[in-house]
Amino acid sequence: MRRTPNYNLILGCTLTAATVSVIILGFFWTPYEPDAMSIAERSVSPCAAHLLGTDNFGRDILSRVMQGAGTTLEIAFLAVSIGATCGTLIGGLTGYFGGIADEIIMRVNDAVTAFPSVLLALVAVAITGGGKTNLIIVLGILFIPSFARVVRGEFAKQRNMDYVKNAKLMGVTNLRIMFVHILPNIAPVLLSSIAIGFNNAVLAEASMSFLGVGVGPTESASLGRMLLDAEAYLFSAPWQALSAGFAITILILGFALISDGMGYRPTWRPVAKRRRKADA
Amino acid sequence: MLDIKNLKVSFNDGRKGIAVSGIDLHMEAGDTLGLVGESGSGKTVTALTVAGLLQKDRATVEGEVMFEGKDLLKCTVDEMRLLQGKDIGVIFQEPMTSLDPLMRIGRQIEETVKVHCKFSAEERRRMALEVMRLVGLPEPDVTYKKYPHQLSGGQRQRAMIASAFITHPKLLILDEPTTALDVTIQAQILELLKKLNEKCGVSLLFISHDLRVVRRVCKKVAVMYHGEIVEQGDTDQVFNNPQHEYTKRLVEAVTTRRRANV
Ligand SMILES: Nc1ncnc2c1ncn2[C@@H]1O[C@H](COP(=O)(O)OP(=O)(O)OP(=O)(O)O)[C@@H](O)[C@H]1O
Ligand SMILES: [Mg+2]
Repeated sequence: MRRTPNYNLILGCTLTAATVSVIILGFFWTPYEPDAMSIAERSVSPCAAHLLGTDNFGRDILSRVMQGAGTTLEIAFLAVSIGATCGTLIGGLTGYFGGIADEIIMRVNDAVTAFPSVLLALVAVAITGGGKTNLIIVLGILFIPSFARVVRGEFAKQRNMDYVKNAKLMGVTNLRIMFVHILPNIAPVLLSSIAIGFNNAVLAEASMSFLGVGVGPTESASLGRMLLDAEAYLFSAPWQALSAGFAITILILGFALISDGMGYRPTWRPVAKRRRKADA
Repeated sequence: MLDIKNLKVSFNDGRKGIAVSGIDLHMEAGDTLGLVGESGSGKTVTALTVAGLLQKDRATVEGEVMFEGKDLLKCTVDEMRLLQGKDIGVIFQEPMTSLDPLMRIGRQIEETVKVHCKFSAEERRRMALEVMRLVGLPEPDVTYKKYPHQLSGGQRQRAMIASAFITHPKLLILDEPTTALDVTIQAQILELLKKLNEKCGVSLLFISHDLRVVRRVCKKVAVMYHGEIVEQGDTDQVFNNPQHEYTKRLVEAVTTRRRANV
């Protein structure tokens, strides 16, 4: 029996690859200087010279979207890296060793996840002050619990598997078992949560910058910041909001399709056997 | 070499169940000892105790397990880890799931050497290929690069034996190593174990509920019943002249089954 192609994964990867290449291009080249203002060309609607029009300062929106998506992705990438690394460490240790530390950390985890994370982020940023760096740190820390929970569950499952017991029997140290043996086996689940994490991070950056507590007006453009700037001209110059909004949508759609395609599906990996049973 | 004295194991769960109630076992270097008994008689628990795999918080262990003059029950986790895989190899029943599904066979066989000895990658590879040849894995160069799911059950069990044997342990503990395999493969694995014992001098503690299997490999046998050893001695002697009621039934079951087969 042939397996149907994983359309979600293919489409998601294509979409993400395309957007990421445009973003990378934006680091080196944009049609115009993203911050260059021009009084003569204020709020020009999309035309040949400015494919997505200009904003009320006469800045080219395509250039700003390219740069802004880059900033947003950078924030998302760093925040997810912090969250995934710390979350994997914490979840791995607690899931693998269990015991009282596990109980305590997981209860703290539950308490933190009980609040909507954007709300927590708002409070945290209100304390630390806005700006890109603070936003990255705050989001990164807030992502730790969700990664920790996913990873903990997987480690707790894997630690009782025969191959782990067998590795112990051969005298393999716990750390080596955790990172050399178990981690690759939970990669599908971890990667799929990373993709979801990217989505949440892009959305969180957008909402927080839109609310004015994220990326500041003097920093390089970000998609959320652009939405905030565009709000006042929503009816007179809708292309501003539409461009930023569309860019966010495409970014998120790509990651969502990837995580969907990677998710809890049977793949060629033998670890998926167990899941196939659970699906049935 | 291995001297178990008055070993008692009870589990701390609600039932306060005693799994092993005071057994004595003795093995010299190069011995092959079979441990037979019905399901639930405490064979696996005994093996786990010797291998240091019993979770200390879940079970109470009393008595002595002397291995080369060292009491394994008094060893710390780290001391135990130095022995596990190096001097004491353990192989359990499940060859299908005991290999890391995402690690290549060769790497997996080398793992024991990697964690215990300081050899270069090249030397490790050579040792792995050699032991793979010894246990009869086909085309070691090719199999080295395969993943567990690309091997048959018998081949996986051979790979398990290879990974346990690559460090040339003094004692191999085998808990029903052939139960999951079909009869012909079972016979081949038993031959392999015999060969390893005769050629390389490794001692075997062979656990099975099947007296016939034990008889093919082991010179000595101990019969366990409800956590106690009711009879032990030379395999042929026990087989031909069983003393205890339970052993008699065990032998009878085997011989009548054989007669029925003919
Ligand atoms: N982790 C555990 N917690 C509580 N009781 C246990 C545990 N492991 C084993 N036991 C009990 O110890 C007794 C001996 O079990 P053991 O696994 O040693 O039997 P066995 O002789 O290996 O049987 P089999 O031939 O089925 O493998 C059983 O009564 C079992 O219920
Ligand atoms: Mg058993």
